[in-house]
Amino acid sequence: MDKSGEAYWKATLGLVSKILLVWFLVSFGAGILFADWLNNIHLGGYPLGFWFAQQGSMYIFVALIFIYAKKMGEIDRKFDVHE
Amino acid sequence: MDLQTTIYLVVGATFALYIGIAIWSRAGSTSEFYVAGGGVSPRLNGMATAADWMSAASFISMAGLISNMGYGGGLFLMGWTGGYVLLATLLAPYLRKFGKFTVPQFIGDRYYSKSAATVAVLCLLVASLTYIIGQMTGVGVAFSRFLGVSKEVGVYVGMGVVFTYAVFGGMKGITYTQVAQYIVLIFAYTIPAIFISMQLTGNPIPQLGLGSSLSGQDISLLAKLDQVVTELGFGRYTTTTAGSTLNMFVYTFSLMIGTAGLPHVIMRFFTVPTVAAARSSAGWALVFIAILYTTAPAVAAMAKTNLIRTITPGVVLQNADIYGSDSAIKYDERPDWMKRWEKTGLLKFEDKNGDGRIQYYNDKTKDEAVKAKIDAAGWKGNELTVNADIIVLANPEIALLPDWVIALVAAGGLAAALSTAAGLLLAISSAISHDLVKGVFIPGISEKGELMAGKIAMACSIIVAGYLGLNPPGFAAGTVALAFGIAASSLFPAIMMGIFSKKMNKEGAMAGMLAGLGITLFYVFAHKGIFFIKGTEYLDTIGGANSFFGITPEAFGGVGAMINFFVAFVVDKLTKEPPEHIQHLVEHVRTPRGSKAVDGAHV
Repeated sequence: MDKSGEAYWKATLGLVSKILLVWFLVSFGAGILFADWLNNIHLGGYPLGFWFAQQGSMYIFVALIFIYAKKMGEIDRKFDVHE
Repeated sequence: MDLQTTIYLVVGATFALYIGIAIWSRAGSTSEFYVAGGGVSPRLNGMATAADWMSAASFISMAGLISNMGYGGGLFLMGWTGGYVLLATLLAPYLRKFGKFTVPQFIGDRYYSKSAATVAVLCLLVASLTYIIGQMTGVGVAFSRFLGVSKEVGVYVGMGVVFTYAVFGGMKGITYTQVAQYIVLIFAYTIPAIFISMQLTGNPIPQLGLGSSLSGQDISLLAKLDQVVTELGFGRYTTTTAGSTLNMFVYTFSLMIGTAGLPHVIMRFFTVPTVAAARSSAGWALVFIAILYTTAPAVAAMAKTNLIRTITPGVVLQNADIYGSDSAIKYDERPDWMKRWEKTGLLKFEDKNGDGRIQYYNDKTKDEAVKAKIDAAGWKGNELTVNADIIVLANPEIALLPDWVIALVAAGGLAAALSTAAGLLLAISSAISHDLVKGVFIPGISEKGELMAGKIAMACSIIVAGYLGLNPPGFAAGTVALAFGIAASSLFPAIMMGIFSKKMNKEGAMAGMLAGLGITLFYVFAHKGIFFIKGTEYLDTIGGANSFFGITPEAFGGVGAMINFFVAFVVDKLTKEPPEHIQHLVEHVRTPRGSKAVDGAHV
């Protein structure tokens, strides 16, 4: 792979790692590992850990994909590899 | 007009709509049969993917399971939506760039080997078949209620309908039909939820209703539910985890990577016009899925609340004593919906203490305080068994909603089950006819012969799945979770390494897939019987149920995937590098430029 190809791939991996870090933190983190602790906080009638497991993580997932698609489009154009 | 007639009318009308669309856009050439010519917009494709994806497991079964599991049921919600993030970031755009019809084709080309493709076909078949067993279970439940027959007869009727349906049109028919199905099923799911949320909390949005206070009370719905279920000996609703935190973690992980590895979902992303569209398509699919998935926990908690309200009126909204001698309803005065479901055999009552009233509680509770109160009340065991798979379908009946809502839910349940079964059958038929027969055994087969082979494969799968669906390995959602575990442990790692590692070779990938699939099936079959046939379980061999750190068979796919990655890595290090042109192929797949329309030709 030539130089710009390598840089493009590096930028892609950087973005994907950030997206997946958030993905992990909201579901496995807030929804499972720290749920008990977060349940001490309430969001309306929802204990917060329960909310992350049954509501919150899903909203964040949707947002993550659109952020990814947008940022990826920017990276594509920056490295001039877009369709 | 009575309820049964209304159901016939509504279900009949939706069927006429789907079949009409299927005929209107009947498949012509093989290319159209599989991927609808590659010209579907991201939003429409997202909607069709959502219908394809949300099966009997999501629609009929999931909320029922959450209703029984409480907080732990969140693993289905996070698992089956979180997988889309993986799909969008790790697989979909690259597979779209690769530009082939099927997952085995990708594996075969990337790992430069027909044997690798054959192993992928094997994994795909095992996962898809298991998935269809879950669908047939759901179809059986839906048809048994809809026709007022036993669950067995329901499964037979379902087999016939699914077959006719899947053979009728190809993907093109199915893409537009599925958009229609999505619309039917999403209305069917949300309308009763809105009604029920209004009734219980006064808030019409179920997602907010679940976090609101009960109508006319200061206490939140969830807090009240926690209190009531604890008094009945069940686990606390908002904190009871699925087995253990470790099991819940692995289970969620398994469902996520299984989602990203399931061939019939991945196939959807071959039908979008560009790589960029593949990325946003996954987002749109998840938007449409999340509408149902964020409603499901509200349906679950509210159905549980309403079930308890039906059996012990006054307990939830008027603070009546749950153990009082006259708080439970008399069996003779039970509501009509219970009588209707008793016919299907999925709801049963047995008067253990002979008082003519229905006692519904957890008789295996270990809570001593609860036990003492139960003994004092003279209860002799739980008297009501409610199959978890009926909760969603019965939900509007339990809440005494109008007939047309009940009919709509029946139509939605059937739409969900049929659309997914059709998508899976298509994945199976293309794997057998395209990847196996044409790709490996008879390369010179005619287009007509290929289509015929695909249809025969569909028929056989339905018969096998229907037979096993009569004695399913679990509730619909549980069985489907097994399918995800199988996809997670076999296909996901191979596809992902194919894109993210230039050096992964065919030996590594094949060894990984076989190891992951083998170990997962070994653990699953130990619990559920060899090929899910009842009576062939071998739990003693593995040292009892859930013997691997308390991990349930449904969750084991996550462990299988780790083994897959590990074995592939080791074997890869011991064998020689993939050839130069494959490494170039991987580089080519990684950049969007130069994506072209999908073609099915074998290289």
